[in-house]
Parts: sequence; structure tokens; C-alpha cells
Amino acid sequence: MSLIHEIDFGTPASKSEKMISLTIDGNEVTVPEGTSLMRAAMEAGIQVPKLCATDMVDAFGSCRLCLIEIEGRNGTPASCTTPAMQGLVVHTQTQRLKDIRKGVMELYISDHPLDCLTCAANGDCELQDMAGAVGLRDVRYGYEGDNHVFAKSKNDNVANDRWMPKDESNPYFTYDPAKCIVCSRCVRACEEVQGTFALTIEGRGFSSRVSPGMHEHFIDSECVSCGACVQACPTATLTEKSVIQIGQPEHSKVTTCAYCGVGCSFKAEMRGEELVRMVPYKDGKANRGHSCVKGRFAYGYSTHKDRILNPMIREKVSDPWREVTWEEAYKHVASEFRRIQYQYGRNSIGGITSSRCTNEETYLVQKLVRAGFGNNNVDTCARVCHSPTGYGLNKTFGTSAGTQDFDSVEHTDVVIVIGANPTDGHPVFASRLKKRLRQGAKLIVIDPRRIDLVRSPHIKAAHHLPLRPGTNVAVVTSLSHVIVTEGLFNEKFIRERCDWDEFQDWAAFVSMPEHSPEAIEQLTGVPPQALREAARLFATGGNGAIYYGLGVTEHSQGSTTVMAIANLAMATGNIGRKGVGVNPLRGQNNVQGSCDMGSFPHELPGYRHVSDDTTRDIFDKLWGVKLQNEPGLRIPNMLDAAVDGTFKGIYIQGEDILQSDPDTKHVAAGLAAMECVVVQDLFLNETANYAHVFLPGSTFLEKDGTFTNAERRINRVRKVMSPLNGYADWEVTQTLAQAMGLNWNYTHPSQIMDEVALTTPSFAGVSYDLLEKEGSVQWPCNEKAPLGTPIMHIDSFARGKGKFVRTEYVATDERTGPRFPLLLTTGRILSQYNVGAQTRRTDNVMWHEEDRLEIHAHDAELRGIRDGDWVKISSRSGETTLRALITDRVSPGVVYTTFHHPTTQANVITTDFTDWATNCPEYKVTAVQVGASNGPSDWQIEYDEQARKSRRIVQTLDAAE
Amino acid sequence: MQSASTDIATRAIGIINQLKDEEGPLLPILHDLQGEFGYVPQEALPLIAQALNISRAEVHGVVTFYHDYRDHPAGRHVLKLCRAEACQSMGGDAMAQKARELLGIDWHGTTSDGAVTLEPVYCLGLCACAPAAMLDGEVIGRLDAEKLEEIATEVRL
Repeated sequence: MSLIHEIDFGTPASKSEKMISLTIDGNEVTVPEGTSLMRAAMEAGIQVPKLCATDMVDAFGSCRLCLIEIEGRNGTPASCTTPAMQGLVVHTQTQRLKDIRKGVMELYISDHPLDCLTCAANGDCELQDMAGAVGLRDVRYGYEGDNHVFAKSKNDNVANDRWMPKDESNPYFTYDPAKCIVCSRCVRACEEVQGTFALTIEGRGFSSRVSPGMHEHFIDSECVSCGACVQACPTATLTEKSVIQIGQPEHSKVTTCAYCGVGCSFKAEMRGEELVRMVPYKDGKANRGHSCVKGRFAYGYSTHKDRILNPMIREKVSDPWREVTWEEAYKHVASEFRRIQYQYGRNSIGGITSSRCTNEETYLVQKLVRAGFGNNNVDTCARVCHSPTGYGLNKTFGTSAGTQDFDSVEHTDVVIVIGANPTDGHPVFASRLKKRLRQGAKLIVIDPRRIDLVRSPHIKAAHHLPLRPGTNVAVVTSLSHVIVTEGLFNEKFIRERCDWDEFQDWAAFVSMPEHSPEAIEQLTGVPPQALREAARLFATGGNGAIYYGLGVTEHSQGSTTVMAIANLAMATGNIGRKGVGVNPLRGQNNVQGSCDMGSFPHELPGYRHVSDDTTRDIFDKLWGVKLQNEPGLRIPNMLDAAVDGTFKGIYIQGEDILQSDPDTKHVAAGLAAMECVVVQDLFLNETANYAHVFLPGSTFLEKDGTFTNAERRINRVRKVMSPLNGYADWEVTQTLAQAMGLNWNYTHPSQIMDEVALTTPSFAGVSYDLLEKEGSVQWPCNEKAPLGTPIMHIDSFARGKGKFVRTEYVATDERTGPRFPLLLTTGRILSQYNVGAQTRRTDNVMWHEEDRLEIHAHDAELRGIRDGDWVKISSRSGETTLRALITDRVSPGVVYTTFHHPTTQANVITTDFTDWATNCPEYKVTAVQVGASNGPSDWQIEYDEQARKSRRIVQTLDAAE
Repeated sequence: MQSASTDIATRAIGIINQLKDEEGPLLPILHDLQGEFGYVPQEALPLIAQALNISRAEVHGVVTFYHDYRDHPAGRHVLKLCRAEACQSMGGDAMAQKARELLGIDWHGTTSDGAVTLEPVYCLGLCACAPAAMLDGEVIGRLDAEKLEEIATEVRL
């Protein structure tokens, strides 16, 4: 094991297909046209000394170290800014160049501290490397002159006003201006890679400094802590605090982030079993070397003191927890589940798979339910997020997944973002999108709230359609209305690829006057002219891509909106090539994978219905059981059945349904009615308050496996440390299955993936060997596509002909009225993740320590609410309190909050209305009233008390085994 | 009554709105702000950033790059002495020394009565008439001790 060193080519790759040849230091090199001489040299293995160049950002030409000589040309041009040309003869090491470089290095070092031995970057410092490379032996200028290094002048002890103290305000990295060589790499990374523009160079000449914001501390500036600047810094100026504390890592492994559905690849850099830092991996095909504050820095939860490391049992949920051995826990669960089944019937228990766990673990949980419990009562958190995506895209295209890879965004011309807030929910994708927007692509945002993408430095949406929550179908259908009635649809594509009769039926439907932008304005609040212009732009602006999130799916008409989106993409011919497509932004790291692995009660792995005899037959034979051919219970049905007394036991792996699912009181009642609730998690989450058995979980750093991201990419997760709790989650599920009498003997997750490949056609070609070789693959991966499928539906749709579906707008039953006049919609914030179980246990809380209620000044004034006041928010389901934030990001009549903190319990308010097709809850629309409040609601107080009690642990085991 | 900072904001927004749609509006806005206030008020920078859809950092980077943009008001007069090579070779150093003595201030300082601010400048393009100076925007060639004394008296009137 050693540290993975990625080659820094100095400047980005050229995308040109024309190749040219030249000679560098006597070596013939062939590179694409537009490649810099620096990169061309590196391709030939020749490293030209450099400081200001790095291949994540464009060449800048400021450090004057990478100079070269070209035969027949005068001077010593910078190799980073000089393009390679056919037939050039280049020399990178001549006496003249050596002298210049040495002189430049002398100047750098004369204003740099010489504390290398005690410097955090020791061993990972490009300045140090370059001093070595150019053979620096002496600094003629000395170290005592004008400088930024010493707080006081050495000669007269007078304060040095060029010196600036270290900025340690960011929880994860420090900025030490004394070590800065003003190469501008951080500034450029912030601009070009992240797209936030939080950094600048202030002053000029010798006074130049890196400045966050307007000479502010990092934490007060516009910085979003993505870490791109830290990664770009060649010295110790920007350094991870963890490196300062621990020291340089000695080995690393490539793994996949366990936060959102972007699925960024990281190098986990280690010292022994201690994680030093997570560094985004340039070969990661989803993130291309970029990261966000969560994946890069927020991994501290994995060793947080709140982690539960021993299994625990209790008779009643009012009892304190009792620590037990693993054997006792398995025995207890097995006998309880068998007792319940004996007493209440085979279908009285079920399981919930986790979108946070690996494909292999998810596969095992559904296998346990199907083969071990003998029913189909398995569901997953996708139920509450992207189940409508699965349904809608399957109906129209024939596959339950997004059509593109993330690279596709580099080729798009018009983007529709609907019901998603990528800068907060999917930050790395947002950075890639913003980069494309800065290159000139147009953006249409359809969202009730003015998200950052609508307008932030250097990007601006061409159109923002601020629709009323719950009217997605009306708006998307109306876009199609404009496209069809104005003759902007792509007839050639439709005739070739779709069913023409179905199209005509659909076209007649959308053309009806009641779907015109003018007619729907009353419902949606969207100005008709803007909607018309947006539709024209999308239909005529070139490659059109649609990205959407939970703002689309989590509605009573979620599936309908997904199909309306698919219709729109087909009608405009935007399917089946780079730069187009329908792209669901998946919420969780492995929500795509958990769906793929057969987590739904009606589907076996690979989205094959349980009623399909041939599919069942495959599993019947392999598992030696007889699978049920009727779909099992979905999560809400399980809870209903529990309240009715027919569902009594559940195994929940890695999901906090009490906090994340709607109508908290109903969830609580369902759980309370069960006799054996088994929760497997890292922490005593909110659901565990109602659990009888707690099995400690392991983090993504502690196990091998795979995650499948939003682009269907299967990425390896690699174990970098031993599980603190002793076992990876798949081992726990396996042992539990063994305790229930199943003969499972997997010794490594790769064997589980082999079983998936054996049984599931779209995964037939997937193996750990292939992933090792390719880094990652996108399913379908089989004989037809041995290296996977970056873009789907290229020549024909998976289902054959694309299907147009009529999408009638039906208003949700959740309506505003005199008692509840406002519409609440919910979302996320950059620094926090989902229910916050992980991010709340990291320093990310510095950015978001509580959930706030965003309310428009007009609505606030009517209610006498000032910014920061405690307010009560109530709906038909319940009420809670939180503090108000007055903003014009939401329109009058709409309020917004996040659900990251359990004390807020936003889901006490959300209702039990769900998507008609998939039961996906309608989180995004709740009629509410808001009023002044003095503090927490009765429910919050009661709940806190109950939660506190239920978390008591009686220590019976000595130290962890 | 409006507080001082809301007043600055209102006046700044007026200037920003007038110029924001021109091509390359940042420098003209900063010029007009300095014309209006005698300096570029720090509180105007976020307003510019917002109006031009750029970051606060970028505005800060530009403002601090140019020596001419002040972050606080100057004296009633501004005297700039050329410190560049041609003027130095024609006795500029002595003029610089003399000016500082006469006014009793160092570079970038303002006399305690607020009469004048003294600044170095690197070339006024008047090398043929070195040493050169500039008083309140008007260039002065062939500066000598006598002229400096005149200036020093004049600015204090």
C-alpha cells in the first residue's frame, strides 16, 4: 500500500481530435491540437518545473518557472501558455533556462519562511520540490529584507505591516498568508472549478495577497468550503487542519463518497487506520477531481463518540437499552421474528433496505426478506424520494434511471432545472453545470423558490418560473403546449423513435386551450409570457437537458410530472446523445443502487416484477425457495398495517424513517404498535427511540462494496479502516440470516456482486475485476455493452418506441384555506445532509446550526413576525416551532424550511398524501399557518423527553469486544 | 432621519444603476463613486457586486488593485509627486524630501488641518519636464523648491 500520486499535467486536456507531433528534449510527442507545451512534455514523462500551473485550472503564466526554449524562436516562453504546434523542437533544460529558474526561485524563497521541518506541508510542498528541481543552493537576497514572513522586523523589532496572522476561522482548513507565493491557483480553482468566486488577489505588486471576500475571514466570506483551493495550493498556505494535526498520509485508497447521488470519487488518505484527509480523485468520472464541503471534510461522524458499538436489546421501548453480545442479539432477533410469524402469519414482518448502504448490503437485506422471511415486504427510502422516477421513466422510456452521464453537461446548450437545488443538494454537479453556463449555455429554472442558480456571480437563469408548489404538471404540460401549438416539436425524431399515434393523441391533449400558459396562470402563478419564452428556448436552443430532483417527485402527482418531463424531452428530440436527456438528481449515495437491487416490494433485482414467472424462477432455483408472486407492503402500508395490528416486526437497515418520512406521528404510532423493531445504524437515530433491538452499523470507510450514483455508475467503495463495531453491515445481515436458518456463506462482497451479475441481465457484465480495471461502469453492463452504457436510448428506447403519456393536472387534495393559508415546501442546505445524522456530528454545524423557516416579508408583516423570531408552524397533521428567516427568495404565500435537525421535526407537519402511482409522500406541499410563538411546541417537548428516555443505556458489557 | 450609511447606500445605488448596463461598468462606477464621495465607500462594494452579478471578492480585488481608489476621504487638496526614474534623475528625491518637510507629513498622509494629502505617483508621462507633480489633477512640470513652497502655502489657504 502506498500513496496514490496522480500526475499533474499542468494544464487541462485539449478536446481537439486533430493530433500534432513535436519534439521535446529529443522525444517525439503526439498530442491533440491545443495542448500546452507543458502538458505535451508531461505526456512524454518530462516534468517542466512549475508553480502556478495545475491541470484543474487554465494556464496563467505567472510563476515564470516553466519557461522553455523553442528552436527558431526568440526568448523563453512559458510552457503552460504556449500551445504545442506541429514540428516544434522544444528544449526544457538549457543553461539559460536553468539560470533563469534559479533566479526566480531565489526571489520566491527570499520571501518564504524556512521552517520546512516543522511545516505541515513537509513532503507535500511543490515549492520545496521546485527548489530541489532547480538546484537552489543559495539565496543571494537574504531573508531579512522586505517580507511577509515575520510578524516583527528582526532588525528593530518594529511590527511588520505586511505580515498577516493565520486565518483559522474555517473549521477544516487554515490560511497562512506568510506562506503564500501568490500563484493564484486557489483563486482560479474557486472561480473555474467551484464557480463561487469567493477569493481574489487584493492589492498589487509586492502587496498582493489572497483575500477571501473583501479581506474577510474565510468563514465570513462567500466561501462554501468545497476544498478546491486547498487542493490547488502548492504550499502550506491553505492546509487541512487534519494534516496539521496528524501529519502527512502514507497510503491511500480510492473510494466513493457516501453523501449525495453525485457519487464523487475520493482518495482516502490514511496514516495507518486513521483517516488524514479525503482528496477528490481526478479520475473519478462523476466529479472529475472536485468535491464539496460534505464529501471533502464532513467525515468526522465516522469516529464520533455517539456511535453505538455494541448490540443492544430491550423488552419495551420505555426500558433503557441493555448491551448484549452479537450472538445474543442475533438469537433474539431470529427467535422474535419467527415467533411473530408463527403468531401473526408469514406476512407480519418485513424489512427496509438502505440507500446509504452498499449495493451488496441492500441486495442481502431484500434477499433476507424474500428468502428468509418468505414474503415481499421489503421497501427502501427511495419510496419517499425517487420512486416516481422509477415508475415514470420506466413507463415512457423503459428504464428506471437517468439517461446520461454527468460529463454530458459539458455538451448541453439549454438546461431546465426543475424541483432541484443543485448548489446545495448536488454541489459538485452544480459546479460542473455552472461552468457550462459560464461558457454560454442557457438555463431555465422552474422552482417556487429563487435558488442560487437563478442568479449568483457570473450565472443567471434566462428564465425563472416561480410556480406555486404542487403545480409542476400544469407547468410542464404547458411547456409542451407551447412547443406543440407553435410547431416547435422534432417531428423527425418522434416519427423515428416514438409511437406516432400515441404522439398525436398526446399532442391533441396538450394542445387543448386549458393547457395554455395563459389558462394555467391562475393555478400556477407563472407569468404566461415567461413560460412561452422558456418553452421556445428549450425547443430551439440546441442540446436540451432536463435535471430534476425531489421537487418533482415528492408530490401527489410526482409520477405524472416525471412522465411530463419525459414527454417534453421526446417531443423536442432531446434523448439519446451527449448534452441532452432526462436526469434525475438522486438524493442519496446509493438510492439508484438500492432500487436496482430489488428493494421494492413489487420488483426483484433489475426492476423485474415479482409476478414474472421466469424471473422468479431464476431466484427460486438459486436460493432454493419459492418466492411469493404478489407484491409485498410498501413502507406506508407497513405502518398502516402495524396500526391495524397485522404487521409486527421490522428490520430497518440505515434509514431513519421517523425523521425522514412524512407525518411523524403516524410513523411513531406504527412503530409503537410493533413487537420487534430492529434498527441497524451508526447512531441511536430517531427511529431507534421505538426500537427493541439495535445493531451497530459500519460506515462507508469500514467496508468493501459498491455504490451506484445518479448516472447509473457503479463505483467501488473500499475499506480503509476496520469497522469500529466489529462487522460490516453485510456481515451483520448475513449472520442474522444464518441465525434464521439460511445457508449463506459470502466471504467478500464481490461474491454478492457476482450473484447479482448472475441473476440480473443489466448487471451481467459487472464484476469487481472489471471495476478494478475500469474504475467504474454504468449499467446496463452486459454482452451488448461490456464496458457499460454512459448514454442510454441512443438508437432506440429500452422499451422499443418511446411512449407519450397524457399528463392531466389534478390539484392535490392538500389545499390552502382560511385555517392554513400558506404553502410549506421543504428542501436542503449545502452543509447538511438529509436528516443530518452524519453532518450534525461534524463541524458543518458551523454553517447551519438549526432549521429556519423562510418566509416572505409580506406574510411575516401580516403576522407580526420579525427576522429571527420563534414561530409556530401548524398544519392538519401537527405543529412545530422554529425561528423565522425573512427573505424574498420565496414568493408571498409560500414558506420553506429544511429538515436536517430532529428538534425541528419538519415532518410532524407534512401530511400523509402521496403520489398516486408509488406512494411517494407529498413532502413538497403542505398547507400551513404560521404564527408567533414563545418556544418549542408541546409535541417537541414531549418528544424530546421521550427521546431522552429511550436513549438510556445500561452498561452490561465491559469494553467493546 | 436617515443614518449616514443608508444615505451612502442610496447615493451609491443611484450611481450603480446609472452605469450598470454599460459595457465594462465596474471601473466607471468606481470612478463616479470616488467622484461623489471623495473615496470608494466600503459599504458600496457589496451593492456593486449584487448589481453586476459578480462576487464581493472580485470587486474588492479590483478596488485594491488601483492606487487611485481611496478607502477613506483625502484632504481638500491632493498633491502627487512623481517618484519614477526620470524624475528621480532630475532631483525628484530632493523634491520629495522637501515636500514632506514643508507639509509635515509622510507619503499617503494628510495634514492635521485636512488641507492636503501627499502621494507618490509612478510617472505622470511628463518626463520631459521632470521633476513632475500633480495638484488636484493639474500637472506641474519642472518642479523646484520655490514652486513647492508656493504650493504648500496655497493649499493651506
